[in-house]
Amino acid sequence: MSASLTDDRMAQATQLQLTWWRFCRHKLALISLGVIVTFYVIAIFADFLAITDPHATDARRSYMPPQAIQLFDADGFNPHVNGLKGVRDLKTFKMTFAPDQGRKLKVVMFAHGYEYNLFGLIPTDRHLFGIEGGQPVDGIFLLGTDQLGRDVYSRLIVATRISLFIGLAGVTLSLFLGVMLGGISGLYGGWVDTIIQRVIEVVRSIPTIPLWMGLAAALPNTWSVTQVYFAITIIISLVGWTELARVVRGRFLALREEDFVIAAELAGAGQTRIIVRHMLPSFLSHIIAAVSLALPAMIVSETSLSFLGLGLRPPAISWGILLQDAQNVQVLSGAPWLLVAAAPVILVILAFNFLGDGLRDAADPYG
Amino acid sequence: MKVLEVEGLHKSFPIRGGLLQREIGRVRAVQDVSFSIERGETLALVGESGCGKTTVSRCILRALPPTSGAIRFSPQDGTVVDLAPLSRRALRPLRRHIQMIFQDPYSSLNPRMLVGDIVAEPLAVNGVGSVEREARVRALLDLVGLPQSARTRFPHAFSGGQRQRIGIARALALDPRLVVADEPVSALDVSVQAQIINLLLDLQDRLGLSMLFVAHDLGVVRHVSDRVAVMYVGRIVEIAPTRSLYSRPRHPYTEALLAAVPKPDPELRDQAAAPRGEVADPANPPPGCAFHPRCPFAVDLCRTEVPKLRETTTGHMSACHRAEELTLTGVA
Repeated sequence: MSASLTDDRMAQATQLQLTWWRFCRHKLALISLGVIVTFYVIAIFADFLAITDPHATDARRSYMPPQAIQLFDADGFNPHVNGLKGVRDLKTFKMTFAPDQGRKLKVVMFAHGYEYNLFGLIPTDRHLFGIEGGQPVDGIFLLGTDQLGRDVYSRLIVATRISLFIGLAGVTLSLFLGVMLGGISGLYGGWVDTIIQRVIEVVRSIPTIPLWMGLAAALPNTWSVTQVYFAITIIISLVGWTELARVVRGRFLALREEDFVIAAELAGAGQTRIIVRHMLPSFLSHIIAAVSLALPAMIVSETSLSFLGLGLRPPAISWGILLQDAQNVQVLSGAPWLLVAAAPVILVILAFNFLGDGLRDAADPYG
Repeated sequence: MKVLEVEGLHKSFPIRGGLLQREIGRVRAVQDVSFSIERGETLALVGESGCGKTTVSRCILRALPPTSGAIRFSPQDGTVVDLAPLSRRALRPLRRHIQMIFQDPYSSLNPRMLVGDIVAEPLAVNGVGSVEREARVRALLDLVGLPQSARTRFPHAFSGGQRQRIGIARALALDPRLVVADEPVSALDVSVQAQIINLLLDLQDRLGLSMLFVAHDLGVVRHVSDRVAVMYVGRIVEIAPTRSLYSRPRHPYTEALLAAVPKPDPELRDQAAAPRGEVADPANPPPGCAFHPRCPFAVDLCRTEVPKLRETTTGHMSACHRAEELTLTGVA
């Protein structure tokens, strides 16, 4: 009975279902999907998850090492952090932080903290957790602080937002350019195809870093952070569309010769119907896979541009900008925790690559 | 009453090369092909691969524009249209009258559509309402011997033979005047081939189909066709009623093709005389009769002059200089 039931399920399964079943067999891709979803959830609730205002500076707490939350004390369960006392080492003139015995800062869930707008709309000052009361020097610095005394953990969380969404925005734009130009190229062929293909070859042969440098230098430095953000997105996607255009063109060329497309044409179907009903559904999955492979490239582009100082500029917060602080070897030997911003970059890029791999395998359940 | 009359059809493809993609030669895929199909008649078009039979069928379907010649088609009694010069736009209303059965039952069905939608698509495109459409799809599935449950399934749930039935149902959806079947059974298992041939025979009986049946060997066409046209390197070399062609071929190439048909008698196995050599290159065909390098009966005339297709006996046309003097063996 179960065999015939499965057969029936298979026979009536849509392409999406078949793709999903096949995708689920790729465990690494499934885990990666979870990782990516987690990252985007973090990006959406970034301010809620952050503890200390990522922009708040305080010279008295510069280069604080990471601090752990103590869950228990002598009285049992009582999550707290120890208050820290900064002492200037008179030999090296370096601030060293030692626990201030007896000063316990209680960690509270849904604590009040700095004010922000949830989803950019709802003004609130609630955070997942935090400490209440305390002096400016006090706080939960899970990943330490930077030179200006800003909380690295909170900055990392908030940076996720720009770094992940610049990828999405960039891919959306290059998807639009790629599908339009690739589609025209593959559908009409002839000299239009030749021109678009040569343009792609030229764009791809330009070394990206000098190109970005030139374009970034052209941005007026009077522009606001938001304007620069959009400009960078456009710059990144101006190079990114070529790959997608090639994929789309290839699919159009292949599908134009498919028997079922010819059958529709012989039935008298118009161009639009053939594209929408027969061609698009057959390569949608390929586009999704191509996009999931293009996203990490976008993220890395933003990170490297900002790291080199060509992309976003402080006070914007992105992974690249956080890594900028870790450019100096001397700083790194004193405050190695600043390098922590590299971890989410690596994790997200790996996850996207595995996901793209799994999607590409699953994309064609008939293959 | 003729459904289709092809006259002097030529199709050549340019060979391009060099930096500027200049034309450096031409492949003459189809040269001076003429034939006609009567209403209710099935004409088989037979030849080895590369002989131009698929090009002929694509030209009739106007998936390809012919280089020259006329394709006179009668969409209804009393009207005749020449399809050859028509534009894409002008062709669209005529498309419904000529439908096609494809060779590959796997690539010819959209894997993302339900079988019911595949069969209904020609109807939907030609503005048949949804209620009528559903009734028609039911009737079509019955006609080709598929269960009604097939409608809500995807093509991947079906075997090659069943898929070919779906393709046939789609081709018949609009009640076409002419069906072009492009090697409809050559991608199927032998046992399934017989089932599809029987289905086509049954449909000929019931619907009075007019059909152009393209095939690469003479084995399968014997049962389905009323007349057979044999093609070699872009030309028709013999065209005759099926019985006459099989029993008394008038062209050495037809004889060779008949000899290649597998016979169920082991005693006869070794008599098969396969033609020597390779099929001629249509980009550079030999002078005279294109078959002369492979022909055991070739004389000097064959090397210099292209033979014309002419009537040898009533209804039996051959393009061989020696058609009358040779006695060629057919099959019983």
